[in-house]
Amino acid sequence: MQTTEHIKLPAGSLGKHTTTLNLGPTHPATHGVFQNILELDGERIVDAVQTVGYIHRAFEKIAERRPLYQITTLTDRMNYCSSPINNMGWHITCERLLKIETPKRVDYLRVIIMELARISDHLICNSIVGVDTGAYTGFLYVMQYRELIYEIYEEVCGSRLTTNIGRIGGFERNFTPTAFERLEKFIKEWPVVLREFENLFTRNRIFMERTIGVGPISAERALNYGFTGPNLRAAGVDYDVRVHTPYSSYQDFKFTIPVGTTGDCYDRYLVRNSEMWQSLELIKQAYKKVQEFKGAESEVYHADVPEYYLPDKKDVYTKMEALIYHFKIIMGETNIPAGEIYSAVEGGNGELGFYLISDGGRTPYRLHFRRPCFIYYQAFTELIKGGMLSDAVITMSSLNIIAGEMDA
Amino acid sequence: MALSNGIIKSRLTEKFGDQLIDWEEPYGMLTFSASKDLNLKILQFLFDDPELKFKFLTDLTAVHYPDRKCEELAVVYHLHNLIDNIRIRFKVFTDILKPDVFSATALYQSANWMEREAYDFYGVNFVGHPNLIRIQNVEEMEYFPQRKEYPLEEQSRIDKDDEMFGRGGSFGPGNERSYHGTISDDDKEAMKKN
Repeated sequence: MQTTEHIKLPAGSLGKHTTTLNLGPTHPATHGVFQNILELDGERIVDAVQTVGYIHRAFEKIAERRPLYQITTLTDRMNYCSSPINNMGWHITCERLLKIETPKRVDYLRVIIMELARISDHLICNSIVGVDTGAYTGFLYVMQYRELIYEIYEEVCGSRLTTNIGRIGGFERNFTPTAFERLEKFIKEWPVVLREFENLFTRNRIFMERTIGVGPISAERALNYGFTGPNLRAAGVDYDVRVHTPYSSYQDFKFTIPVGTTGDCYDRYLVRNSEMWQSLELIKQAYKKVQEFKGAESEVYHADVPEYYLPDKKDVYTKMEALIYHFKIIMGETNIPAGEIYSAVEGGNGELGFYLISDGGRTPYRLHFRRPCFIYYQAFTELIKGGMLSDAVITMSSLNIIAGEMDA
Repeated sequence: MALSNGIIKSRLTEKFGDQLIDWEEPYGMLTFSASKDLNLKILQFLFDDPELKFKFLTDLTAVHYPDRKCEELAVVYHLHNLIDNIRIRFKVFTDILKPDVFSATALYQSANWMEREAYDFYGVNFVGHPNLIRIQNVEEMEYFPQRKEYPLEEQSRIDKDDEMFGRGGSFGPGNERSYHGTISDDDKEAMKKN
């Protein structure tokens, strides 16, 4: 008894006939820091209790002391598989609050970056499902194209994983010719790779046997559990923030929302794959639109909002206004107008919402992140109950649970 | 006919009369509040009404307003009608000394963890919640950290024994350091000495 005294076991766990198993917090199969206490009867799951919060960093509290532009770096660290979407979502929230109109070229460039991020997010998720079913090849093979996506980010903003890409009003600098070269390379080579990735999995008998009917959820339950994004669409509901509440000029594009029917792991895989094709279409359209800008318009990469957008460094040394704005922005001395706004974007995992209350001070009075992962992970117990332990692992990876997003 | 803020408002006033107050439309989102005893009735009505159909709980969170006497804590619901694609925001306020609000878990499964989070950070006691325990913070925690009485650490504070990072002086044994970023009187004395 002495050895178990410091471990909190569920009541009555010593005399029972089932086995308690800790999956996590650092189990390799969880792909993140969170714990599942599983109750097993043989290899069947009777019950599961999830524990989250291992990497909680109190972003909402920290944000209450930061000026708007410093909060961008917090959003990076939520869903770090697609941090540009989080960054853009935050900029768009600020722009809506401050009533800033962004130029069309900025919107289209943002669409390119966000869709690249969506591809890299879905790519990781689907290839990890592959790894968990025993197929490492897909994961290994696609990585160089995620690398290419990261190289595009790097060319635009200088960093790769936690990007801090863009600024309120636009981008920190114009896209360089190298960035567009890399984008062209991606547009040209990616379809071949994605096709091959699909060939490895989609009609693979082992993969199908492992995923079809595993972790299913009905549309009704999914909605009740607050599912959004690919996981909801796999259950058959065509809800997509890009279409329902367009932002960043998504209304100018033609794309379809893929939906599944059963909401199981296989459908989630299929939906994510089709979304990658749709994202590619969006990138092509956006790139074409960007190329159509001629003359001075083709150099526009931010809105004209001196109170929030940092001036050119050379102007700071020579122009009085630029110096003032530079100082005020860096020191966070700009008052945000009082107001209350909820703004959402379609993140890699679903509706990523920002609920911002400003009382007119320099920092938000309250900022709440609606993190899709946190909300739909509650359904995990229901999804895996009665299934095998190995199915639980696949279900977890196919839901794309990101610990950073869950804990915020 | 598509649903609009005006129709929702008149439909709700028809049912609840002047029990719904503080009608606003910040950035186009219909916002209102009501007494906290009514929250489930209103949510249920919004859910069941054949015209309103607010069946999706987008977000649930809490806000702390220390200056509003007897209604310091707000619980904010963001609801979405996915068919007509319209969102509303609904708030209830509660006394911080008796922060009991009815739980919406019977209506929305998704409210479960969101209410646990609101409890964890603000101490809203959701009555009828199946498992109201902390979710992000450690269970032993004795306070509700996102309330405004716990300000974030002053970035310029010097009372930390943090010589490795070139910050502040060190303290002798027995010198209690302050919690929650506020500087205690003892620390102020010690800072003067340094």
